[in-house]
Amino acid sequence: MDAADAADAAATTPPEGPPGAQVVIRATGVSKKFISYHRRATSLKELFVRRGQASGDDFWALRDIDVEIGRGQTVGLAGANGSGKSTLLKVLAGILRPTHGKISVSGRIASLLELGAGFNGELTGRDNVYLNASLLGLSRREIDRMFDSIVDFAELPHKIDDEVKHYSSGQYVRLGFAVAVHVDPDVLLVDEVLAVGDEAFQKKCLAKIEQFRTQGRTILFVTHSLDLIESICDRILVLESGSMIFDGAPEIGTRLLRQRLGSLPSDGPVPYDVAAARPVLVTFARDPGGPPQVQFDPGEKLTVSLTLDLTQDAPERIYLHVYVLGQHDLPIWLMETPVGGIPSKPGLFTMDFTVPKIPELLGAFAISVHVSDAATGIPITKRRFDDLFGISGPQAGGLLKVDYEARTRG
Amino acid sequence: MSNLIDQHSTPATRPETRQRIHDEQGPESRRLARRSHAQTRVRWELLRNLIRKDLKIKYKGSTLGFAWSLANPLLLLAVYTLVFQVIMSAGVPRFGVYLMSGLLIWNAFSASASAASGSVVFNANLVKKVRFPLPVLPLSAVGFAVVHFVLQLAVLFVVVAALGYGFVGLQLLLLVPAFAVAMTFTVGLSMLVSGLNVRYRDTEHLLEVALLAWFWLNPIVYPVGLIRKLLHEWTWIYFLNPMATVIATFQRAIYKGPTVNPATGQGILADPGYLFYLEHLAIAGAMSLGLLWLGTHVFRRMQADFAEDL
Repeated sequence: MDAADAADAAATTPPEGPPGAQVVIRATGVSKKFISYHRRATSLKELFVRRGQASGDDFWALRDIDVEIGRGQTVGLAGANGSGKSTLLKVLAGILRPTHGKISVSGRIASLLELGAGFNGELTGRDNVYLNASLLGLSRREIDRMFDSIVDFAELPHKIDDEVKHYSSGQYVRLGFAVAVHVDPDVLLVDEVLAVGDEAFQKKCLAKIEQFRTQGRTILFVTHSLDLIESICDRILVLESGSMIFDGAPEIGTRLLRQRLGSLPSDGPVPYDVAAARPVLVTFARDPGGPPQVQFDPGEKLTVSLTLDLTQDAPERIYLHVYVLGQHDLPIWLMETPVGGIPSKPGLFTMDFTVPKIPELLGAFAISVHVSDAATGIPITKRRFDDLFGISGPQAGGLLKVDYEARTRG
Repeated sequence: MSNLIDQHSTPATRPETRQRIHDEQGPESRRLARRSHAQTRVRWELLRNLIRKDLKIKYKGSTLGFAWSLANPLLLLAVYTLVFQVIMSAGVPRFGVYLMSGLLIWNAFSASASAASGSVVFNANLVKKVRFPLPVLPLSAVGFAVVHFVLQLAVLFVVVAALGYGFVGLQLLLLVPAFAVAMTFTVGLSMLVSGLNVRYRDTEHLLEVALLAWFWLNPIVYPVGLIRKLLHEWTWIYFLNPMATVIATFQRAIYKGPTVNPATGQGILADPGYLFYLEHLAIAGAMSLGLLWLGTHVFRRMQADFAEDL
């Protein structure tokens, strides 16, 4: 059925039409209201007791979204946490019903909202492939035909007849991704799933997405990685509090979003532009003044160099809090200027924070700087830099390397 | 069940010019027809896969596996035969067979409904993450129970034959309409409770209690004659319960003992003929179709909010 469908689809596409001319996803005036959970009648008793009572804290996750996505476009969907990205994806995927508005999607949709959703640990990989693929809408014949290819893609030929509960988490998501991409979708909706798995797997996923792109499939994906959007998307949609605030070129959209997220200058207690002391640049190197690098190993030396722009109005002495932020902006450690702050002089100056031995950590880290008046403690401004540096620790999962023993008892 | 859910996919882009409308209407509509046919097949396959998954998981790691499900009614049959025929010999003759002929279909019904009631909630993660035809969840619960029912019924026939009771006859044909009505009713109720239970979680518990009481509203462990003696000309009220009709028909089809209890003079079967059953099945069937409509309607109405309610 697929080959025939593909042929038909090709026939209905105007051959000379510009790419993206045919709209495959169309949302018109889409809004989504979530009713606060404790307000919703969840038992029969409440149904009768609370009946007719107006609910006060409804929450609009999406407000009046209008968007048309053409065939063959690769679109990144970005925004801060809670901005409605995933909700929009779920609405487009048909999992959530929009409160207002209309959605139409043509062609076979595959939504990768969670890899391996619906896998059952008690079943073998083989059984799960069949079950999962049929959930995603594949016929038995199609699955039979693609089975080997799925297993090869997941790199699990040796474990395919083992129960999935014995798979590592990496193997689990590999199998999930392999099934999902073999659904052979016209439209692929992806939610942050690429963030899981090791680097090799991520590369493979990206290669597959790139392949879909060149085949003219339509891809819409949610990601926090603005770099990824810049590198593979034709278009970016930026959401903020449920409204679409930008729809256009990725270079501009990502810049806008960085600013919104505070990784570009943002307003602190004093608006950034008029602040007397402004952090303007952060670089990472091994030694102060050394060649910049972004990749470090635990135990190595790390220097975080911070350049500030001070005006005449800057206080006599300024105090800096430099936070090293992990995922979700979790502060990992704090570096401060010596007690009493540092004397300020107008113009640019650079301050180096040197860590002689990087602890056993793993991950990518960002820097956030808070500037305050050393004498009064009054905050002047703050800035979160989006520039990341990475520490590649020896541990496979988790932030920290911890010594431990594992032994069985009894 | 061919159009399980269709709220989402709307026709693709409209051809812009008249010219193209003429060019494309043929292949486009053929393509849609082919696709919808293929979709129907895929949905049946999905249903089958889900039922198979449940069976595999249930019997995984047990040596006797499926045999347990077959042994269960067999043991019941043995125990009841022993108790009611040997120890308290005044009861219905061949009581074990009488009991089984009604109990199996009741079990299929009650197991379906109670498994279906939790089916959507149980698969919350799937419902929230994957778009698939949601009615397969309650339907697979029904399918799971039906697989057991069919096998248990086969075992019952084997045992009845082995005991030399004889069951072959025209009356067996009654099983066909009775099973059809039972399935319509079961699917209808299963859809209804599984849909309601997502938002109103009390449904599951309410159903559990209701099924316990409902069991006694059917002539399974007692003969219909007992009801006749109580209700006289009001017995028709008793048969407003479609399951009572279904069960009485199953007994007429399978149980070939005496139609009247020689010890008490009460009727064991609801009626010795056929017409009684066909008439009552028609009424029960109409009620079941009503329930099926209600169940599918409620499920369809509620399914769009499942992902949110879970």
